[in-house]
Amino acid sequence: MMGAAVHSLKPAAAPAKVELREVCLSYFTPEGETEALSNVSFSLAPGEFVSLIGQSGCGKSTLLSLIAGLIPPTSGAVMIDGQPVVKPNPRIGYMLQQDYLFEWRTILDNVMLGAEIQGRRDARSEARAVHLLEKCGLGAFLSHTPRQLSGGMRQRAALARTLVTEPDVILLDEPFSALDSQTRLAISDEVVDILRREGKTVVLVTHDIGEAIAMTDRVIVPAGSRASTASITKGRPAPRRSRPVPARSSTPISRSSGTSWTYTWRAEP
Amino acid sequence: MNTAANTVPLRPVRAPSEKYLAYLRRDRARRRNIRIAQALLLVLFLCAWEILPRMHVLNPLLTSYPSALWPTFVELWKNGNLAHHIATTVSATVVGFCLSMAIGIVVAAALWWSDFLYKVLDPFLVVANAMPKIAFVPIFYLWLGSDYAVYGMAVAIAVFVTIMVVYAGFRGIDLNKVKLAHTFGASRWQVLTKVVLPGSVPTLIAAVKMNIGLALVGVIVGEFQSADSGLGFLIMNGSQVFKLNIVMTAIAVLALISSLMYLAIYRIEAAVARRYG
Repeated sequence: MMGAAVHSLKPAAAPAKVELREVCLSYFTPEGETEALSNVSFSLAPGEFVSLIGQSGCGKSTLLSLIAGLIPPTSGAVMIDGQPVVKPNPRIGYMLQQDYLFEWRTILDNVMLGAEIQGRRDARSEARAVHLLEKCGLGAFLSHTPRQLSGGMRQRAALARTLVTEPDVILLDEPFSALDSQTRLAISDEVVDILRREGKTVVLVTHDIGEAIAMTDRVIVPAGSRASTASITKGRPAPRRSRPVPARSSTPISRSSGTSWTYTWRAEP
Repeated sequence: MNTAANTVPLRPVRAPSEKYLAYLRRDRARRRNIRIAQALLLVLFLCAWEILPRMHVLNPLLTSYPSALWPTFVELWKNGNLAHHIATTVSATVVGFCLSMAIGIVVAAALWWSDFLYKVLDPFLVVANAMPKIAFVPIFYLWLGSDYAVYGMAVAIAVFVTIMVVYAGFRGIDLNKVKLAHTFGASRWQVLTKVVLPGSVPTLIAAVKMNIGLALVGVIVGEFQSADSGLGFLIMNGSQVFKLNIVMTAIAVLALISSLMYLAIYRIEAAVARRYG
């Protein structure tokens, strides 16, 4: 598999799965204009597993919403397989911070939500849902309600719900932050395993550096420390290319040792 | 969301311990005592109502008393079309209730759909809700005729507060659940039918509870003025000819109807609570 190395030195070698080109995002309210992101550029190779880390409020979750097509960028472009993202795309799966399982649906029906919304609820997708739930160790809980499950089980059900629509890009927004630390360790290993086996391109948002290094091929951190608020910030273009810091990381030998540090994402004004 | 409380689901249960059995006994005894206290309260009230007028502490002409109601009840049932009056009131209440529930949900959904519409209509709704609807009884009588004025009254009294309660419920849905649906590309209609409506069931139950009572109020008030049948008519008629027995019998029947409605809603609520907690 092509890893971070391809990306950091020769971005043109492989077509990017996900690419952000000078993405800016501002929120407009009667009180003023808030710039959440300015000139964010990075790209992910197919099958790559990266994490975005940074303090809260630096726009990590906003980036995921942009990639998922939930909000349009104020300027710049988000591309999936070279196609601009303008609305939620079935090729992208987005796992939120909490499970948000619907208490009025059974576990199986919860997992089928995405397929149902996309008008693909049929025997095939249902079989896939059952298969995924079995893989997540929830095969015996198909007709239970979410309340009957523990936090870790619920999070695994949420993962199955994300995967059932067969996306190739998975966005994880601090998916383990609601769990206690023991469950968290167990679940995160499991989730990484499942996602790797499925060959997904994954973006993990976290504020836990340890988790980021342990789980992913490459870590992306914001170049500026904090998202600037207040009126318009004139951002000069970000340094376009990433700057691998630890020397070993520019050509990772294997996935397990290959976390490369990429200082990009946003420019200082 | 309370996930921590239930971290070990489905553990095999051993034979209940002695302390647990004692706890169950205490719990059962407590629930039984509540029932007994409720029954006692009712009996006490009926006794006071029976005895005080008979001892002329209260004027029996003004209050009547339970044992005098029964003959009146039988008399009305046989010769006064009481069954017909009850049927009129109950059916008008059911129709008024269904209408205001349906209108309330549709309008609340429209307000949820369009924030612009909500912003425009909000002050009008508040004012409409605050209006004393009873002032409209004569107008409804003119507009709708004596047959339909009752429904108009029931809807007028119940619908505005239903709209506001249901809308608040729709707004109260966790936005992350809506976001979740959006990540799968859900349309607005899908968000409404798959997230907002099913997620609002507890609110809808609360609205039903309130609505059915208000619909009954509307029907009775409407019948005071316009109808030639129904319990409201009976009450008004009885008081005009100063037959308090008739008035009190009609009120007792209303109390009975209210209790039955309470029981029905209680059942529905319990069934729903099992799923929604």
